[in-house]
Amino acid sequence: MRIRPRVLLLNLGVAVIALIVLFPLLWMLSVSFMSTGEAAAFPPPLLPRVWTLEHYRDLFVNQGMGRYLWNSFVLASLATLLALGFTVPAGYAFAKLAFRGRDKVFQLLIGALVIPAQIGTLPLFLMLKSVGLVNTYAGALVPWLASIFGIFLVRQYALSIPDEMLEAARIDGASEGQIFRQVVLPTLSPIIVTLALFVFLGSWNDFLWPLIILTDQSNYTLPVALAALSREHVQDIELMMAGAVITVAPVLVLFLALQRYYIRGMLAGSVKG
Amino acid sequence: MSGLSRRERQAWGFVAPALIAIAVFFAIPVVSALLLSLTDFDIYALADLKNLRFVGLQNYERLLTNPLFWGAMRNTVWFSVLGVPLAIAASLAAAVILNARTVKWRPIWRVIFFAPYVTTLVATAVLWNYLLQTRYGVINWILTSVGLPAVDWLGDPATSIPAILMFVVWKIFGYNMLIFLAVLQTVPDDLYEAARIDGAGPWKSFRHVTLPAIAPTLLLVSIISIAGFFQLFAEPYVMTQGGPAQSTVTVLYFLYEEGFKWWNLGSASAVAFILFLCIFAVTMVQLWVSRRLGGDHT
Repeated sequence: MRIRPRVLLLNLGVAVIALIVLFPLLWMLSVSFMSTGEAAAFPPPLLPRVWTLEHYRDLFVNQGMGRYLWNSFVLASLATLLALGFTVPAGYAFAKLAFRGRDKVFQLLIGALVIPAQIGTLPLFLMLKSVGLVNTYAGALVPWLASIFGIFLVRQYALSIPDEMLEAARIDGASEGQIFRQVVLPTLSPIIVTLALFVFLGSWNDFLWPLIILTDQSNYTLPVALAALSREHVQDIELMMAGAVITVAPVLVLFLALQRYYIRGMLAGSVKG
Repeated sequence: MSGLSRRERQAWGFVAPALIAIAVFFAIPVVSALLLSLTDFDIYALADLKNLRFVGLQNYERLLTNPLFWGAMRNTVWFSVLGVPLAIAASLAAAVILNARTVKWRPIWRVIFFAPYVTTLVATAVLWNYLLQTRYGVINWILTSVGLPAVDWLGDPATSIPAILMFVVWKIFGYNMLIFLAVLQTVPDDLYEAARIDGAGPWKSFRHVTLPAIAPTLLLVSIISIAGFFQLFAEPYVMTQGGPAQSTVTVLYFLYEEGFKWWNLGSASAVAFILFLCIFAVTMVQLWVSRRLGGDHT
């Protein structure tokens, strides 16, 4: 097989771009294993002279990283479960169940997508403050209950469920709840995985709301803790990079494992919407 | 009749939890924000609601005569004006390259290019702070090794916005790249083949085949991106804290400081509403455009 120079050049070009895109992440990983102060040199070293785990140990032993990791993990998991519990039945009902005002309500929800959620941030904070939910997990979870986008995503997918399938189950005497659990949920499982992934990553990566609502350090999520840590430890490049690795690695691994669900859902939500 | 209403009641059972959550945690706060913006809600009102007064449009008047607010507006516009074309150009270039049939391992490159998008914003912002560092940063190392002067990226008001934009483009270009790729894959190969037979080079076939095919998507993606760039917050918060010399204070950053640093919640709500109006205007343009294009894209 003959490789034309233009094809070779193109492939080489793509590989170089990929290297540039990946470089920051690889550099972050490499620096996190360097000894204290090693990265603050010119020219910047690309690989550690001696590989060390001291910064990871320091983060977990002295900086409370285990606590932040736990907070992030629990909040993202609960946000995912709650968001699914609220949006999947609603998305299905908007697609497949007949009730008066259905289309009007749905139109209204789609219209409300225009409103950025940040507008309501201040009153929501005051509301939660008045019921004592500031600085609690519950307060941090509240915005994930009201996902119009999630309803929209599930509805679009549920539209493809054949009505005959539901009717057949009804004729067999199944209740609406049984139909939902036994017929609808299995059919919806791809979009449920997608939505779960969106919410988990969204909650894990979220910054503004946890920054506002989680006031006590012991409740910080990883991004909030990392932002606070970076103000205290500007000079400790290696320590900060270890913290960044701990924050980024779980979501990156999760995305790589489930990327097909992520990308399919993303395209369904944007282009074909 | 009763059968129908039973089924309807059950259907409402499916949607009610979500609708109640949306009403309580989204609709009520948004409407309250409008009311709050007409009051002088501040730290004294936070302590005791008796100190709360209705002030009409005073918050808006004060904002529109506040140079710091206008600075934030100006910075946000700069972020969008520079950032949207840069990000779209990067996305489009990556999509066109990855769409070439002769590129091997395309699924792998696609995932690599998209990976920065799913990373945690705060973590990668901290990372880029070091890449952009004046003395030891990798970017200045590259510049100086090709004979260019080192730049004080985040310390100079003239370069702070471009510096943050480098990071933002790196992080988000994969998203629109995937959207462009999906559209490009609908362009039949015959068209490229015909262009090639007519003697068109890569640039000509891009101009006459690719560009017309993705023009509607390009336009819509641009408008949607503007709305995204209007909501920059964590980037300046982590990388520059709004500095140097207020040069990276965005509208959302201004809102955060006004609301949660100075506890001027009334005034901050007014900022929120002005931000909303700007995004709303952009969205209206988007809807108008998509309707003119035939309504098959939303």
